[in-house]
Amino acid sequence: MKATWQIDPAGLDAVLIRFGEQIQLDLMPIITAASQCLQRALGQDLRGMVPSYTTLMLFYDLRKHDFTSIQTLIDRELDKLVIDNSVTGRLIEIPVCYDPLVGSDLQRVADYHQISIDEVIHRHTATRYHVFAIGFAPGFAYMGQISEQLATPRLDRPRPCVSAGSVAIADQQTAVYPADTPGGWNILGRTPMLMFDRAHADLCPLKTGDRVQFKAISHQQFLQAGGVLS
Amino acid sequence: MMPTGFKVLKPGMLTLVQDLGRFNYRHIGLSTGGAADEQAYLWANRLLHNAANCPALEICYGGLQLQALTDSQIAITGADMPVTRNNDPLANWQSHSVKSGDIVRFGYATSGIRSYLAVKGGFDITPTYGSAATVIREKIGGLDGTGSPLKAGDLLPYRPSKQDIRTRVPSMFVPDYQQPLIVSVIVNQHRNDFSPSEQQKLFHNTYQISVQSNSMGLRLQGEAIMPKVKGIISEGAAFGSIQVPPDGQPIILLKDRQTIGGYPVLGSVFPMDAFLLSQQQAITELRFTPMTLADAQQQMRRFYRFFGI
Repeated sequence: MKATWQIDPAGLDAVLIRFGEQIQLDLMPIITAASQCLQRALGQDLRGMVPSYTTLMLFYDLRKHDFTSIQTLIDRELDKLVIDNSVTGRLIEIPVCYDPLVGSDLQRVADYHQISIDEVIHRHTATRYHVFAIGFAPGFAYMGQISEQLATPRLDRPRPCVSAGSVAIADQQTAVYPADTPGGWNILGRTPMLMFDRAHADLCPLKTGDRVQFKAISHQQFLQAGGVLS
Repeated sequence: MMPTGFKVLKPGMLTLVQDLGRFNYRHIGLSTGGAADEQAYLWANRLLHNAANCPALEICYGGLQLQALTDSQIAITGADMPVTRNNDPLANWQSHSVKSGDIVRFGYATSGIRSYLAVKGGFDITPTYGSAATVIREKIGGLDGTGSPLKAGDLLPYRPSKQDIRTRVPSMFVPDYQQPLIVSVIVNQHRNDFSPSEQQKLFHNTYQISVQSNSMGLRLQGEAIMPKVKGIISEGAAFGSIQVPPDGQPIILLKDRQTIGGYPVLGSVFPMDAFLLSQQQAITELRFTPMTLADAQQQMRRFYRFFGI
């Protein structure tokens, strides 16, 4: 897929580079490649980036650039960009204990689709998901797309506290809560994997553009891997 | 060895360690955080000839009490709070000396809401992911890296200094936080999420700061501005961005904002005005005026150059 983009100002020291108007899997390798290429090109003049579904927000050093100069630089770099569609993100496996004890909405999702809990688990683990964006909280990765046969609307009332490690779905998205936070997604289970880990060199096991495979583990495996039930 | 620094006797309503913020972790969801009012924060360090990014205290609403264990100099800027050193009043927007044993007390803010206290050489705090800025929601930064506000008994280390620095901010640079604020806005002309007449409502009406505002965002109340769309595909969020949720009441994103947002963006507030906004109490009324991006960038560049950044 050939990259096309539009660059708009987005605040004093930020630009929003838009690669498409719809959520599309094809955009993932483009946005990932664009992030890497601009990181190299800007070096110290870069003040952070936020890749998301269809856009890349780029923050630049206002002392070195204004909007026109950064726009010219980005256009020049992206013009040279070669997208290799055969390069896919890393595949990360996330172990999940799907059990009503830690998956408080398994029954709700099963009822919503009039299927069994086992079928809910099967449908959640049958697809490889893509990490579209990381935000909301440190390490919170928005992944998709959930099949129509599993997609379930958010809860009417968000829970005041969702436990860290909770694996959840909302509409066609899935995510893992990295820390205890309020949340309104449907909780299917819990992973012992740390999604925001101060000991991890990158702090976060996932990156935008990665692919994710959820894998069902038993209660016992969950506890052995350091999972917490409460 | 005797500890050096300040001992916290009372933390006050909310006192946070701050610097200019954390910039290189936005891609994994860490907010930049940082001093809410950069202007007052930068003056505090400048009065002591500190590097611009030295960790300082952001004292929200007041009530902080400290005991110096070490001689040094401090500078106080920002909101007007009655401050005393051993019961003698200390003037705002100036540097002062402190001696071992001195007790520094902050009363409650009479104008503005955030005071800054810097110390010669800065507080000696190990940065968390490149910054000492405290983001409570994320449990990141601050004295021990866990995003906690100061609490009684904390020790804020600094190195002794015998230098006698007496500096004050020239009165022409001291902001009056009680003056009615006209907020400059760079309008987002590139998306078609608002009709021109809806967009213009921001400039033709008065908006009130809602009590639901916090360090993530300033919520406004007033004439609803209706976007054409309920939400957008989530994208990065910049400091000062004006998001409009479906109820039409705008939210101005501040330092502790989330890194991505899903509401249409009307424009962005000129950062100098966003700093002043973080000193405004709820219920304060605001008006808005348009500004060009080129003008805003030029003025911000001058501001940062002045502070040696």
